Amino acid sequence: MDFNVVVASQNGWEVLSISGEIDMATAPQFRKQLLDTINASLPTITPKLVLNLTSVDFIDSTGLGVLLGATKRVRGAGGDIRLVQNNPRLAELLAMTRLDQIIDVFASVAEATEGAAADAPSNTNSDASTGNDL
Amino acid sequence: MNNSSSFDIEIPARAKYLSLVRSLVEEAAETKTSLSRTQVEDFKVAVSEATTNAIEAHARASSDETIKIRCTVDSERVEFRIADKGCGFYPDQIQPLPEPDDPDRLTFERGLGIYLMKVLADEVEIQSNKNGTEVTLVIQVGKSNTAVTE
Repeated sequence: MDFNVVVASQNGWEVLSISGEIDMATAPQFRKQLLDTINASLPTITPKLVLNLTSVDFIDSTGLGVLLGATKRVRGAGGDIRLVQNNPRLAELLAMTRLDQIIDVFASVAEATEGAAADAPSNTNSDASTGNDL
Repeated sequence: MNNSSSFDIEIPARAKYLSLVRSLVEEAAETKTSLSRTQVEDFKVAVSEATTNAIEAHARASSDETIKIRCTVDSERVEFRIADKGCGFYPDQIQPLPEPDDPDRLTFERGLGIYLMKVLADEVEIQSNKNGTEVTLVIQVGKSNTAVTE
């Protein structure tokens, strides 16, 4: 599947729905789309991003690195970033790299855009304050 | 290896060939029906990581040479060997992954590749010197690998 990103607004969050494979070939496009979305919010609004990964077929360390970079940038601007995914494979990768302890993970876009960080599902293994302190 | 079969390919050191390499892993693994879907997907990530590192190594060395990949399949294992002509590195000097609550963790955008290879493949061997790096990754048939989360 070709890599694609669709951006939409929902409940005050910018929702980026990503499809396809995220690797060294597509990471630059992914990173640019993230930065464009973050920068479009600044400086008037703190960025609030939801990354919907439910249609991502493959992600490697390059893609995970982009997620981490976006998290650093969003939190540095006082904003929040959340992941949506329901793929056991991706859950495994997030756990291996412990990103699920850094970024809150939700099962659906609706949950991510409506729930507060403290309402994050248990699979995030998160004390919400842990992520916000980073 | 007993009753093994193998094939060799060479790919240009370009990121767009990564998906091709992953397809080859899929094809090779499909010959071993006892491999679980999780094992195959894990191995695809591991081989993709090694190939990504090889492509980056060639970019750093400004090398136009191809990356050589050998796949060997026998009754007990599937092996991928990825060889580049980059400048090499010191595998034992790779920084460990910081803890999630370590402020430095958010700056650790790179360096996950070798960590993932070691977790996702059953065997990993890295030989590196100033003339290049060769990474050998093995998935064993009949062994169910489990995720390491800590």
